[in-house]
Amino acid sequence: MKFKLSSGLFIFLTPVLLWLFLLIVIPQIELLLMSLRGENNLGEPIWTFANYLHFFTEEIYWYTFVRTATYAIIVTVLTFIVTFPVAFYITKVVSKRLSVFLTILLLVPFWVSELVRVYGWMILLRESGVLNHIMLSLGLIDKPVEMLYNDISMIMGLVYTSMLFMVVPLISSLEGMDDSLIEAAHDLGASKWTIFTRIVIPYAAPGITSGSIVVFMLALGNYLTPNLMGGKNSLWFTEQIYNQFIASFNWNQGAAFGFLLLLLSSLIIWVGLKMSKQQLGRVLS
Amino acid sequence: MKRILVLAVMLTLSLSSSAFSQETLKILTWKGYAPQQLVDKFEKETGIKVELTLSNNEEMIAKLRATRGAGFDLAQPSQDRISSVQEKYQIYQAMDYSKINADQLIGSMLDAVKKNTAVGGDSFGVPFCYGTSGLIVNKKLAAEAKDYSDLLNKAYEGRISYRLKRPTLIGLAFAMGDDPFAKYNDAAAYEALMNSVAEKMVAAKPLVKNYWSNGDALLEMVRSGEVAVAMGWDNGGWKLNAENPDIDFVAPASGALGWIDTFAIPAKAKNVEAAYKWINFILAPENAAIFTNLEKYGTASKGADKFLDKEIADNFKRSFSEADIDNIKWYPPVPANLEQIEGKILDKVKAAQ
Amino acid sequence: MPVVLDIVDLTKRFADFVAVDNVCFQAEEGKFFSILGPSGCGKTTLLRMIAGFLEPTSGSLQIRGKDMLGIPPNRRPVNLVFQNLALFPMMNVADNIGFGLKRQRCPKKEIASKTEAMLERVHLSGYGSKDISQLSGGQKQRVAIARALVLEPSILLLDEPLGALDLKLREQMKIELKNLQREVGTTFIYITHDQSEALVMSDTVAVMNAGRFEQIDTPRNLYSRPASSFVAGFVGETNIFAASVEDISPTLRLRAENGVLFKATAMQEMAGAKKGRLFIRPEAIILEPDSGLDNLNRFEVTVRTILFDGSNTKILAMLGDREITVALPQNQQFAHITPGETVSAGVHIDACKCYPGE
Ligand SMILES: Nc1ncnc2c1ncn2[C@@H]1O[C@H](COP(=O)(O)OP(=O)(O)OP(=O)(O)O)[C@@H](O)[C@H]1O
Ligand SMILES: [Mg+2]
Repeated sequence: MKFKLSSGLFIFLTPVLLWLFLLIVIPQIELLLMSLRGENNLGEPIWTFANYLHFFTEEIYWYTFVRTATYAIIVTVLTFIVTFPVAFYITKVVSKRLSVFLTILLLVPFWVSELVRVYGWMILLRESGVLNHIMLSLGLIDKPVEMLYNDISMIMGLVYTSMLFMVVPLISSLEGMDDSLIEAAHDLGASKWTIFTRIVIPYAAPGITSGSIVVFMLALGNYLTPNLMGGKNSLWFTEQIYNQFIASFNWNQGAAFGFLLLLLSSLIIWVGLKMSKQQLGRVLS
Repeated sequence: MKRILVLAVMLTLSLSSSAFSQETLKILTWKGYAPQQLVDKFEKETGIKVELTLSNNEEMIAKLRATRGAGFDLAQPSQDRISSVQEKYQIYQAMDYSKINADQLIGSMLDAVKKNTAVGGDSFGVPFCYGTSGLIVNKKLAAEAKDYSDLLNKAYEGRISYRLKRPTLIGLAFAMGDDPFAKYNDAAAYEALMNSVAEKMVAAKPLVKNYWSNGDALLEMVRSGEVAVAMGWDNGGWKLNAENPDIDFVAPASGALGWIDTFAIPAKAKNVEAAYKWINFILAPENAAIFTNLEKYGTASKGADKFLDKEIADNFKRSFSEADIDNIKWYPPVPANLEQIEGKILDKVKAAQ
Repeated sequence: MPVVLDIVDLTKRFADFVAVDNVCFQAEEGKFFSILGPSGCGKTTLLRMIAGFLEPTSGSLQIRGKDMLGIPPNRRPVNLVFQNLALFPMMNVADNIGFGLKRQRCPKKEIASKTEAMLERVHLSGYGSKDISQLSGGQKQRVAIARALVLEPSILLLDEPLGALDLKLREQMKIELKNLQREVGTTFIYITHDQSEALVMSDTVAVMNAGRFEQIDTPRNLYSRPASSFVAGFVGETNIFAASVEDISPTLRLRAENGVLFKATAMQEMAGAKKGRLFIRPEAIILEPDSGLDNLNRFEVTVRTILFDGSNTKILAMLGDREITVALPQNQQFAHITPGETVSAGVHIDACKCYPGE
């Protein structure tokens, strides 16, 4: 009976496993193998760790990674700070009907592609853009200022593109929270701040963690927004991978960078989970 | 993986081609190189459906490299980016020049491209159009801008834009009085030269408004007056000139960079016959003229002159004196691995704060 | 006994709807005070006003002589045990109980000892490190009460805390809760819609209906001398007849809906009333009454069903076309009765309570 069951399960799972294998495992192996290839002085292909060493010996590469990771963390934190009040308002303050409406309103901008949204921001912020025009005509400024092409506009763009991926898990975890928990804490003498830090945040922790992981990964892996909104100072690690593959024709180096991105970002997430005492299993369930 | 990818691509291809049994021609090209008007005309004349994929030199090579030359019937790389790539990755098939209507091509250009795209005993390219890279200048805001060095000129602070790509490095090297093309085959000397160029770029980085990556976005910035001096293609400058006479293309004093874009047939093209048909079709004088009138690029078609708008010749005369024409630096074929040197240098420029 | 809670004319309106209507009462120190009423009558609303989660529309509310209006819940000397308990799932049992103490900046050691003492008190010694999800319903119940009691509030408010428990556990918890209240001596204000909970545990019960208090009294008085037709029907099991008034003096006589004529006692002024409601408790009906007994309404009933429940056995019998419930005495005297039998029955005039109204 037991044997039958497990073989049945196996047959059921085979296509899934095969699919996962083809789509996830094989490309990763391919990437790994490619990253370990190189050329010797005579231009013959050899196995080598040079591509990985390169990352650590060339200052600019790990510098770019550190910069990218730091900004991705900042983006994650800011996204959380921006979306949490929104999620809280939607789930705990307004009526059910209004909350559904607001949720939909929140999702609407994400029905268009990231490119369109980024261009929208650019039209708004550029030197000859809408915001400058308004400020000029109101007399707030006497000559247009460039608001694009700096780290702040880039971070803003990234926060904007990431918001959805934070707000949805937050809403779904806060929705499950009984309002009486807040009242009970209040009744037991807790201040608003204590309620927030001791009750609401811990309750939403799985949502916060899963939202943060997604936002962090998306920010780290974003290419479009840093490039278009960050402009000249926005070197992003993905751009370096792209440059290796496309501009320098160095696929081996690009593959090594890709693999390093995967490993280092997993490491950062692992450290983050440890520090916040969250378990991945609980976050995903 | 690649084999599986190819299998998947082939599967979808065979599915889609059985679904629409109509013959198709897949072209990997640049924006504007296949005007809708001509696509419609071609489809009507031949019954072959044209599918366009827009790209640039680097992505074209990367795409074809990923599939080992499959997925497209025709590509349009620049002539200088063919031979070394072909040598290394074999992504193109030899051009059968007997199938090309050579009578309608400028002979000297065809010969030059044949020579520059030769690998082994074969050649791989047919010229399609040419143009130069130089400066797009708003005379009202930057009357004095004459050379690539003005891209580093403090006078235009915050009004400068260029691409973080190899033409910028090369243009600036020429403006420094050096000849990067002469150092193409000496990697160490080339790297040293480019490093000194990069140093200047880093020093002048605060002056740059933005590194552009999308041609239309650049034109929009020049049009709005946000940018006064930019490095760009001549046709872009001329397009803007038609709207605003203050803006024009300026051939830099140290020489505009001349390029020729070609036709090359990917190694695993499925519809080679249609590819040749398209080449001969679009290079026919009246068709080539339609293209040039629209996009302002020079054409490799010999008899097109008499169909061209007067404006085309005027543009050229306005921007290029006799001396400027003689001074155009035509790109020689890029040797292998130069891109890696340039890539690292460009990354450094971008990372500099 | 000093008064700990003093409520005068308390009213709460939601838009046009009056949820709590001019409620007045006082709760004495150390007493178990219940508010009993059907679902939706405004019990929770009243309790939330006492706890501070709702501001009354009008009226006054004093605790130990201090006016409480405008004081937020975290600064009132009352604690609430929520209808759904509202235990904090992200904390273990000890942290739940210690939560309030921690907010009072109690030293760690004191928190630990108080928590342990409280756990012992609710018979949960050694459960401190358990997760909330590991507890049974009854254990959760006790943790919720412990969490509020450990703060030694002037008043403990409980909002139907036993509602989620199964019957058996509820019976057990009733007794436990009563004992606990006696031990700690805290004033309990206990909300329920279950009259047996209210009667068993309370010193005083207020019966609430549609936002108003109908009667505030001891359980015994509520049962034996209901002040209104609503209380008579709501508290305890009873047989209710709609009746028309035949005669008022010298004795009140009523014709019940099934045509039977009753002599009855007027609980409220019946002068001028044409209709009345007649209440007869099942245990007031005597089977095969002595012919010598005076002031008895006598009639015959036909037994339909016997509901055997040990000491609480009843029969359902037909009186005319109405089914009535009759409690059997515990001495097995009527063990021989079988369905279909017709027996004589009687009920004393004092036990036939009549109120005017439809
Ligand atoms: N915020 C509010 N707005 C409008 N009406 C309300 C509000 N809160 C309660 N009510 C209404 O007031 C009435 C009393 O509600 P309350 O919760 O006090 O009842 P309850 O006696 O506790 O009932 P239950 O035994 O079912 O818990 C109900 O009719 C309810 O619909
Ligand atoms: Mg209630």
